[in-house]
Amino acid sequence: MTALPVPSRGTTPPAGRDTRPAGGRRRDWRMAAEIVVFTAPALLLFAVFVVWPILRAVQFSLYRWKGFGPLVDFVGLQNYVAVLTDEVFTGAVGHNLIIVVASILIQLPLGLAIALLLNRRMRGQGMLRTIIFVPYVLSEVIAGVVWFQLLQPGRGVIEAMLGTVGLAGPFQGFLGTPSLALPTLVVVLTWKYVGLAVLLFLAGLQGVPDELSEAAQIDGASWWQTQWRVTIPLLGPTIRMWAFLSMIGSLQLFDMVWILTGGGPANATTTMATFLVNEGTKRQNYGIAAAASVVLFVIALLMAVLYQRFVLRRDTADADVTRGVR
Amino acid sequence: MNTIRALSLAASGSLVLTLAACGGSSSEGDQGGGSTGGDGGTAESISWWHNSNTGEGLEYYTQLAADFEEETGVAVEMEAMQHEDMLTKLDAAFQAGDAPDVYMERGGGELADHVEAGLTRDLTEDAAEEIELLGGTVQGWTVDDRVYALPFSVGVVGFWYNTEMFEEAGITEPPSTWDEMYTAIDQLKAAGMEPISVGAGDKWPAAHYWYQFALRHCAEDVLTSAVQTLDFSDECFIRAGEEVEKLVAAEPFNRGFLSTPAQSGPTSASGLLATEQVAMEMQGHWEPGVMAGLTEDGEGLGDKLGWFPFPAVEGGQGDQEAQLGGGDAWAVSADAPQAAVDFVTFLLSDEVQRGFAERDMGLPTNPNVTDAVADPALAQLLEVRDNAPYVQLYFDTAFGQSVGGAMNDAIALMFAGQATPQDIVDQTQSAADAEG
Repeated sequence: MTALPVPSRGTTPPAGRDTRPAGGRRRDWRMAAEIVVFTAPALLLFAVFVVWPILRAVQFSLYRWKGFGPLVDFVGLQNYVAVLTDEVFTGAVGHNLIIVVASILIQLPLGLAIALLLNRRMRGQGMLRTIIFVPYVLSEVIAGVVWFQLLQPGRGVIEAMLGTVGLAGPFQGFLGTPSLALPTLVVVLTWKYVGLAVLLFLAGLQGVPDELSEAAQIDGASWWQTQWRVTIPLLGPTIRMWAFLSMIGSLQLFDMVWILTGGGPANATTTMATFLVNEGTKRQNYGIAAAASVVLFVIALLMAVLYQRFVLRRDTADADVTRGVR
Repeated sequence: MNTIRALSLAASGSLVLTLAACGGSSSEGDQGGGSTGGDGGTAESISWWHNSNTGEGLEYYTQLAADFEEETGVAVEMEAMQHEDMLTKLDAAFQAGDAPDVYMERGGGELADHVEAGLTRDLTEDAAEEIELLGGTVQGWTVDDRVYALPFSVGVVGFWYNTEMFEEAGITEPPSTWDEMYTAIDQLKAAGMEPISVGAGDKWPAAHYWYQFALRHCAEDVLTSAVQTLDFSDECFIRAGEEVEKLVAAEPFNRGFLSTPAQSGPTSASGLLATEQVAMEMQGHWEPGVMAGLTEDGEGLGDKLGWFPFPAVEGGQGDQEAQLGGGDAWAVSADAPQAAVDFVTFLLSDEVQRGFAERDMGLPTNPNVTDAVADPALAQLLEVRDNAPYVQLYFDTAFGQSVGGAMNDAIALMFAGQATPQDIVDQTQSAADAEG
């Protein structure tokens, strides 16, 4: 079981200075210089495009500001109070969490099933893989406009298809009915993103040695047992990494919602990102928008850190402990 | 105002473009630099943003830009955008301190904010002649007795309808009261037609219904004081909400109206009217132009297009002849060269406004050319505008985007059946109170 893919945790520093041959000090200096030279551009970009905007957002969130003119109207934490007590925002957080959970619950089994199927040798394999992956490659805006047209109430292709089997769509359409808009959005997101899951899982499957499933088969395991007991557990790290990406993407979801519903109808699909854009560019409450963006950042950061700490970490710990026990 | 003008000049010549964003602050030091800064009349090009992005309107404006260049040697870099796109882009440009030299201002609270931030050039002296010609129309673009933009099209919101479909449904006269309106809605439904399209997906077209009912229920002084004090406690605002509730309950609107956009694409509210899917739509004076751009032949509804003003409400406390409206004005950004001012006065000239009117691009404000409005529906609208005791600026424009946005959101919620008349007043009031 040495083939278990254990994610490495950073590079181990070289052995202590004492053991080094003469000239180590000069080498140290050179290494330090190399580190500085090679990381400086990345650090600079990170500072300018990540750290600076975050700090600015925090600054804006403490003012009442219309988007132009000087920052003069300091209001302290009032914007945060306004955001956190706003039903539209708390609703938006709920929608984001629903999308996080629904994406993983739907795309995980679906993506796994498709990946396992496509991993078998069969005719048209390459074409099938492409078809599954194409939606992910499409620009989100283009995919959104296409779905918006397909879902047109009374006039779209989807209702025409429903019509041929004698069904009628809802009066407000799938995107216009508050109770249906979010589920419809989840369906479109699944169509869009399951391709990424499949691609990652397929890549992960390449790392699962054939010998293991052959051995399992010799031991009398059925195809199903082989997948369930051998292949899927070995895919664990890939699955957990995909779930992480999916979670972060769902928390920051904006484009598809903006194109399909704009956060409506009746705020039924508002996400944190559409909320802050609406408050910012539409209503010009940039202080409120900045406060919402800081809240979004904190939520995303917290979830990311917790996930790293408890899910990805346990993953590696498990691998260490169970190795050789079973 | 001197400070602002001086600063604007300084900003135009300055290395730091974003300085314009700080124009609201009065710093003595910058004042001195103003006299030497600025591009003066030597600019080689000016930038111009507008929303006539389809059909004949676009053609006309492209021609005007070329004419101006030929006459003055100043190139006009024109950018024609869809209306909503233009608003988004303008906001971003203001933030970056990189606004186009000539752009559109809608007046009201928004303009006041721009003026306060020192983004907009005071035209009171530079365009004194034109301002006198336009007369009372410039009122909506005046802040503290200074004029900041020249209105080139001012219209009122009413119902655009398909005369043929009305006839087919047996409606002989366009409704003049809401009782007649409900009868017409029933007649259209009985004839198997969808009576009204509304772009509630964009919220503001839905909100216009509430504004209109408020106009019919509220006395003029109540509205004037609401704009100034942001106090919405008068009962008439509740009445307006009740009327909207009643209207939505009568189900006159197109299928899927909650997600219907206002005017982008053939399945938008304007597109549905243009392609004869619905019998009418309540919309501003720009509707014929929008519809033309959404039909293959570029004609919109053509001869079948009719117009009638928002019907009277029985027992309403407001003036039943008052109109909801607004318009667009050409503004010059604070750091623009003198040529931009010349271009704006050129756009308001008799000749240009006549061409504008003849192409049905809007309702000209230059009184010398009002006879040039060829389209009978638009001519009728113009008559209603000129005979109205007063034209109330769209509430969201008048109150500014923060209060107006909260108001529109609440009204859109009512269209979805999720807000009461009291909710609309409460949410608007709380946004107004947050303005401080």
